[in-house]
This record gives sequence, C-alpha cells and structure tokens, in this order.
Amino acid sequence: MSRQTSNSTGSEGSSQSAAALIEARHTNEPPSAEAVQARKTEQKARIKGLDRETLVDLYYQMLLVRRFEEKSAESYSMGKIGGFCHLYIGQEAVAIGAISAIRKDDYVLTSYREHAHAIAKGMSPDSVMAELYGKATGCSKGKGGSMHMFDKTVNFLGGHAIVGGQIPLATGVAFASKYQGTDQVTLCFFGEAAVNQGAFHESLNMAQLWKLPCIYICENNQYGMGTSLERAMSLQDISLKSRGYELAGAFVDGMDVLAVREATLRAVERARKESLPTLLEVRTYRFMGHSMSDPGNYRTRAEIERYQERDPLKMFAATLRETDTMSDEEFNELEKRVNDEVAHAVKFADESPEPDPKELYTDIYANPITPGGERE
Amino acid sequence: MAVITIREALNQALREELQRDERVFLMGEEVAAYQGAYKVTKGLLEEFGPKRVIDTPITELGFAGLGVGAAMVGLRPIVEFMTWNFSILATDQIINSAAKMLYMSGGQYNIPMVFRGPGGSAFQVSSQHSQALESWYAYFPGIKVVMPSTPADAKGLLKSAIRDDDPVIFIEQERMYGNKGEVPDDKDFTIPLGVADVKREGTDATIVARSLMVPLALKAADELEKLGVSCEVIDPRTIRPLDIGAIIKSVKKTNRVVITEESHPFCGVAGEIAAQINERAFDYLDAPVKRLSGEDVPMPYAKNLENLAIPNVEQIVAAVKEVAYV
Repeated sequence: MSRQTSNSTGSEGSSQSAAALIEARHTNEPPSAEAVQARKTEQKARIKGLDRETLVDLYYQMLLVRRFEEKSAESYSMGKIGGFCHLYIGQEAVAIGAISAIRKDDYVLTSYREHAHAIAKGMSPDSVMAELYGKATGCSKGKGGSMHMFDKTVNFLGGHAIVGGQIPLATGVAFASKYQGTDQVTLCFFGEAAVNQGAFHESLNMAQLWKLPCIYICENNQYGMGTSLERAMSLQDISLKSRGYELAGAFVDGMDVLAVREATLRAVERARKESLPTLLEVRTYRFMGHSMSDPGNYRTRAEIERYQERDPLKMFAATLRETDTMSDEEFNELEKRVNDEVAHAVKFADESPEPDPKELYTDIYANPITPGGERE
Repeated sequence: MAVITIREALNQALREELQRDERVFLMGEEVAAYQGAYKVTKGLLEEFGPKRVIDTPITELGFAGLGVGAAMVGLRPIVEFMTWNFSILATDQIINSAAKMLYMSGGQYNIPMVFRGPGGSAFQVSSQHSQALESWYAYFPGIKVVMPSTPADAKGLLKSAIRDDDPVIFIEQERMYGNKGEVPDDKDFTIPLGVADVKREGTDATIVARSLMVPLALKAADELEKLGVSCEVIDPRTIRPLDIGAIIKSVKKTNRVVITEESHPFCGVAGEIAAQINERAFDYLDAPVKRLSGEDVPMPYAKNLENLAIPNVEQIVAAVKEVAYV
C-alpha cells in the first residue's frame, strides 16, 4: 500500500481529505520492505543542508541514549534499580530529533519514559544513573527515581508518572513564557495512550484559545502498555485530532531523526514567531516492553523484528555511512566514547552514597512552618 | 479599622496582592467579566486587565494543571474553583503535581500558588454542591490548608497564602461571604499561616471550631455563659499545618473539649484533632473528647433536612454540657 509520503514531510492537517489521511497512516502493519527503503531514501535527502557537526552529534546522542538504556536494563536485572523502569529503546529519534530543534532556555516536559529526554536536554548520564540507583547524587536527590527526573539548570521539568499529567503542566509553562514576554517555547512529550485522557483535550483547547507557545509531541509507539492503539482509540489518526481544536497538526515519521527534527523546527518557529501551538503525531515503536516487568504477550516477536529493520540508529548510521558523513573509524570512536560515558555513569552511581535519612523530611515545603509561630 | 464583609476582605486581599507582585495572576470560571460567581473578584478585571484576571473554560483539571506549570517557572497563580466541589475534577493536578513537585524534584521546583473558593454547605444546593473537602486535602504532605472565619482572618490569611511559596488550599464559605467584621487598614496586614486564634477566652470548656461553625460556637458560648459554663473558642484557621499547641494549651486549662465542624465525621479534621489531643493531653482530660460533626449523609435539598445535617447552636450547647457534666 502506498504510504503516502506526506507522512514524512507532514501534511499540517490541511489540504488532503481526512479519509485519505486516515487510510494512509494508521495501520498496525509493520512497514513493508518498500516502505523501509522509501524512508531510507527520504532520510538521505534530508541530510543535505545539515552540517556534519550537527549530524554527528545527533548520532552520538542517539547512541548514548541507546547504550544508557541497555545498561539500565542490565542494572535493573541486577537489582540495582528498583521500582519501575520504562525504556526508550527504539524511540531515540523522537527525543533527540525534537530536542535538537530547541534552545537551552526552552522547556521540556515528558512522561515517565524519560531517560532519553533528560539526557538530550543536557542532564549528565551520571546524575541520571545515580537517580535510577536511588543515590543522593541523583538529579532529584534520589527522591524521584526513574519516573521523576528534574534539572532546573537545563530546563528539564520532569518526569511525570500519571499518564497525561504533564500535558496541562506544559501548557502552563508555555502560558508563563507568554505572560513573562519571552520567546521561550515548551515541548510536551506524551504517548498515544495519553491522548485519551481528558487532560489532553482540555490542554489543547486552552493552548489554541489563548495562543500558547507549546508543542505537543505525541510519541505514537502504538501500544499503551499492553493495549494496541486500535483497541483504545476510535479515531486513530492522532494528528487529525488537532483539527478538533483548530490547532496545527502534522504526522511525522518517528524512526527518522531528521524528520523529527525538521517537523519540530517548523513547530518551534510557529510557537516563537506566532505564539501558536502544534500537535505532532510522531509514529515510532518501542523494541522493549512497556517496562522491565512487561511479559510482552500482546505483540509478536515477528512484529518487533519487522520494526527493528527500521531501527532509527541503524538507519541513521547507514545514511551517515552511505553519504560519507562518518567513517568506520569515527563510528568506532563514538562507540568507545559512549561506552566509557555509560560505564562512568554506572561507576558513579554504584559508588555514590544513599540519601541521608534526614532527607525523608526535607523538600516537602519551600516555606516550612512551625505551627504556633513564636509561641513557647 | 474598617468594618467590611468577608467578600470585601477577600477582594481587597486579591487587589493588594495583584498590585504588589506582577507575577501574581488570577484565573477561574467567571472571575473576570462576570465579576465573580460570588463577586469576590469584582472589579479586578477592570483594574488589572485580561492578562492578569482570566476567565477560563469549564476545564478544572486543565486549568489547575496550567496553574501548576506556570508556578514551576516563576509565576504565582491564584486559581479559583467556583466551589470546592468542582476541584474534585482537578485533584490529580493538586495532589499528584502541586503537592509533590518539590519533593520528587529533590527540592528544585516549588509551587507558589493558591487554590481558592467556597467550600462546605450553601443554601439548598444539594449533595454535589455542598461538600467540605478540607480533610481530603489536609491529608497530603506538600500542601497547606487554610479556612478563615472572619473578614480580618480572610484578608490576612489570603495575603499570606499568596505570598507563601507552597501550594495553599484556601477554603472560604459561601454562607459567610456577607459576614461583617473589623479589618485593619494597613496594606501589609497579614496573618501567618499555621497560627490558631482564640476567638473567645474561657475557663471551663474548649470549643474548637472552624469556618461556618465559628459564629455558631460563639453564640453557643454566650448561651453557656448564662448557665455558668465559661467556654474558650479556638479557631485553628490553618488546618495544615495545624497549630495543635494552641489547642493543647487550652485543653490543659479547661480539661474538656468539643470539636465542631460542618463536615462528615469519618476521617475528618475533628477526628485528627481528637487523636492528637489524646496523644498530647490525655492526663488533662476530665471527659472524652467530643466531636460534633455534620451528619454522615450526602447533603439533601429539602430545607428542613439540610438544617438537620449541619450542627446548630443548640447541639453545640448540648455537646459542651455533655463534656462538662452539667
């Protein structure tokens, strides 16, 4: 079936008929061989006009996040990471591509599947791993864990575990930027299952009504835990839902880091120049389970393997090789550099102390009050 | 000192704090053009404009969360719930975002905002519009819960709440908006959170009352005075953090205590206070702690039934007589 490659450039939800868009886009069919080839060709075309440094950096970040997540899986299995651990493997192009399109002073909020976003926004792997290990040196002093990473110095605003909870928050952050008269924008990441939460609809309505500079990035990895999109959603064309709020929307191939970056740049421009929101539906796929405790019996091994042919890392590496952007040597160097970074993060986390028991009672209030004031 | 209503006192507090700090803004349903469903925000749109006084769609979860997000990056929102009953739609953002943000971020993101509006009973507005939710919200570490009962308390506490760097649940009472009282003229008049107020001094029994029950407790105290029972009426004013010290000080003096509230008894604030009195002042009690709460029923519409559901002066008098063994 023709994959109507308006998919990749983003239709902005305007001229094509709704029916045609739906036909072309939402399917749980893994990509055909033709589709895989078509996406590769598109990515090669996108490379033109991007400088080498940017391209290498994008690959480096994706590789770093990939190896970091693999190491987290290992550490989790060894009992060094507790609770929930939601891995991002397969989706790297989305966080890295999108965050590469914004400034340091722009804001990012996301869900609990956040390690990649945290690192992409500039948090050190050391502080992220230490947080996963529940150590005092973690970004949230060990009090947040995998799902609640924050770093004010790089404007990474978490890390939210209630599905969709971050969407009104991000809307408020964008509201504040507008109120304060800056041209900062806010990226809000969430999964496709979050689109069914009321908070999503309430937020998009306000964002368009009040013209807020918020970019809503729906990472459609096609499964909300064990529930496929088609089992959860009546109108599965998520980017089309933007029409329900008179809000700009686009569909993006989330396995192509350059496509994600391009679409985000356009949305960022709209937010900065016109203070208008955008909804990006970014189709992607997660190769591991919902979390480390997922038995994974809701999809087939075959399906996963088909999607792994569109592994964003493999595809981008191939593109970089085939366009002579990076040599084999450089690939090896990057691999070594990334492995060293990840090993360092693990060592740092291992050797860091647990939080002091006194920390149980700190950071509950910014203005702690002694009841009774000065009464004896 | 001016004599004004609670409504006017709240209006003044909002106006003064909006003037004082550019980062403060107000949003909620009908707060701007309609002048406020209960006229608490009257005139504020005209004075401060639509950037700072914002009419929201009916979207409680959304605008509560929007407020929390704005508070994360430097603004100081005042979010009005038309009544606290509607806040139930927003509880995910109040409890999972606002209350927890500072802790789970390891101290990085505090949430300096106020959620305010009328709670508890009104007049025949039935079960979904008459709920007292303070014990719900007071349950959670990370938020503060305040309930004024007089114009001076309302103004002073609201100003403090707006200046506080944490999320504050500010619960007014619809039946009391017209109640009058003296309020200092000073533009910087504030009342600290976490400090109770002795509304009436006495020696024989302590009545702990908040919000709607305060005027009723004072009337009951007048009645009891005639019977030779001198009552001390304490208004905690802040539910969390609770000024238990003031209550204990009084119990140590009187040895008898009645806690009265319009809210349901089970898992309520009176139960919490009773437990703390037991822990801290057991040896000083000459009678068990007595709770006089609203009836454990959804609020009915019929006037006579509604009156039966809320404690009245006679019942407070009877409760004090019970603990005083008269």
